[in-house]
Amino acid sequence: MSLAEFQNQIEEMEKKIREIQIFSEHQGVDLSNELAQMEKKLYDLKQNAYSNLTPWEKVNLARKMERPTALDYIKEVFTEFMEFHGDRYFGDDPAMIGGIARLGNLPITVIGQQKGRNTKENIYRNFGMPHPEGYRKALRLMKQAEKFRRPIICFIDTPGAFCGIAAEERGQGEAIARSLLHMSSLKVPIISIVIGEGGSGGALALGVADKIFMLEHSVYSILSPEGYASILWKDSSKAEAAAAQMKLTAEDLQDFKIIDGILKEPLGGAQENLREMSETIEDILKNEIQILRVQPIEKLLEKRYQKFRNIGI
Amino acid sequence: MLSGFFKKTKYINMPLESNRTQKKDPEAMVTIEEICPSIPDGMWKKCSKCGQILYKEDIENQGQVCIDCNHHFRMSASDRIQLMVDPETFESWEEELILQNPLEDPIYLEKLKKLQQTTQLHEAIVTGKGQIGGHEVVLGVMDSHFLMGSMGTIVGEKLTCAIEKATESKLPILIFTASGGARMQEGIFSLMQMAKTSAALGRHHEAGLLSIIVLTDPTTGGVTASFAMLGDIILAEPGALIGFAGPRVIRQTINQELPTGFQTSEFLLEHGFIDRIVARKKMKEVVTNILALHEEGKNESS
Repeated sequence: MSLAEFQNQIEEMEKKIREIQIFSEHQGVDLSNELAQMEKKLYDLKQNAYSNLTPWEKVNLARKMERPTALDYIKEVFTEFMEFHGDRYFGDDPAMIGGIARLGNLPITVIGQQKGRNTKENIYRNFGMPHPEGYRKALRLMKQAEKFRRPIICFIDTPGAFCGIAAEERGQGEAIARSLLHMSSLKVPIISIVIGEGGSGGALALGVADKIFMLEHSVYSILSPEGYASILWKDSSKAEAAAAQMKLTAEDLQDFKIIDGILKEPLGGAQENLREMSETIEDILKNEIQILRVQPIEKLLEKRYQKFRNIGI
Repeated sequence: MLSGFFKKTKYINMPLESNRTQKKDPEAMVTIEEICPSIPDGMWKKCSKCGQILYKEDIENQGQVCIDCNHHFRMSASDRIQLMVDPETFESWEEELILQNPLEDPIYLEKLKKLQQTTQLHEAIVTGKGQIGGHEVVLGVMDSHFLMGSMGTIVGEKLTCAIEKATESKLPILIFTASGGARMQEGIFSLMQMAKTSAALGRHHEAGLLSIIVLTDPTTGGVTASFAMLGDIILAEPGALIGFAGPRVIRQTINQELPTGFQTSEFLLEHGFIDRIVARKKMKEVVTNILALHEEGKNESS
């Protein structure tokens, strides 16, 4: 059964539960047993629906406008967040955000690609597709973190780096390349979490980390399924088939040992319970940073190097 | 003066095939090929830029450059090595790497095997060590004839190994890029090669060693967004297509025509992303000079 079919059933069940609730209130009949049974059934149904998502359904869930963005998590997971702007060369890119904050008591630097929560904001945020100045701002903040020995946390959520004339003029390739080069040797712990879409080099530019995690329904791939289908099969409408072939889900990447772990999402996806999702993220960050911080920096850097060195062969 | 205008042009009369065959003498049968002046296959090449028909041997003597418009044709890795490296000094590093098919693409491995036969290459890059103008250097030469020079795990691994060997033996590295970017068929593994090669180049930098990148047509995508932009010195051949996103993708995204000269070597020079444009026939000389200048610096400090 597809997610859409499950969703029909779920909606139907929810409607029935509401009807029974109203009926029981109005008539003063105690139907709590029946209701509890139905709630249980609804829960099982949801569990079933979201534990067997196809890759394409995951792509759509990861792209959902209601899905929490980097700023949503930053507000929940950290305290005292202060956003910093600008790359000091050209401008400030709203598709990339960053600044300093506290994780518990620990000062950290947090960076992420930022999507909008509605169409208007998405236009302002360029749908989370950074220009070169976005990557240069991110790198500037990472270097700053290194200077003040703050661990770095990156939230990855982008369809990809923006493709346009201005992006090319200002060196999109160079900006991403420099990020990869420097991240591989920054002398502070780095943790990256894919929270939605991890699309191509534009995502990887925040992904050269000591530990990489993915939210359960997020995706991470070489290119969007549309782009992949367009390049390999000359037909971007075959995106669903492409998603099935690309191995872009969190499970796939864990099997490939490219990521270090999967963060379980609330039933129905992260948007259903931001608090619960944020607590999961907070817990993993606190645990992992503790482990990474006690390691001698040379050892940490060697491990980070080998982590990427060993991918593929 | 005008007499020449009224001169009757003389045409050569050629007996037609039909006239001959009428004789019904099998000996006298002549094929079309014999009547028409015969041109052996592959002797001529049409310039993809100016359309001029060129004698192939001429182009080869010019290092695959159009003698008419100076268009630099795409060059195989072996031709490039022959052009750049001092004779009999190139040592090719042929690692025995197993072809990978992580996405279980049904036709991918077959495609690679066919390409290996037709191109005589193991993969889209040749690595090794050689001398250029007497200076020892590690080389990575990409070849766009092999699946558009795309970077999958083997290209990433070979290049990383070469960079690491250069770092170990304290040698400069020279990389000729020619690539459409990360290889789609190997999915996320190809993407990760960008991080891997960049990190290796980072260590080469930290060791205080020289890296020279020469961008050739085409250099796009994940290769542009990794090692191609990370050389101490970045050169480019004239007129090469260099960019992050391909022109077709940008055209689709912004829904408008691209300005002429967009994403060429000249465009990158103007925008400050490369050091120099160097014509192919000057490339060896320029690289030799750069190597020599860094050689002297090294001696002074040691």
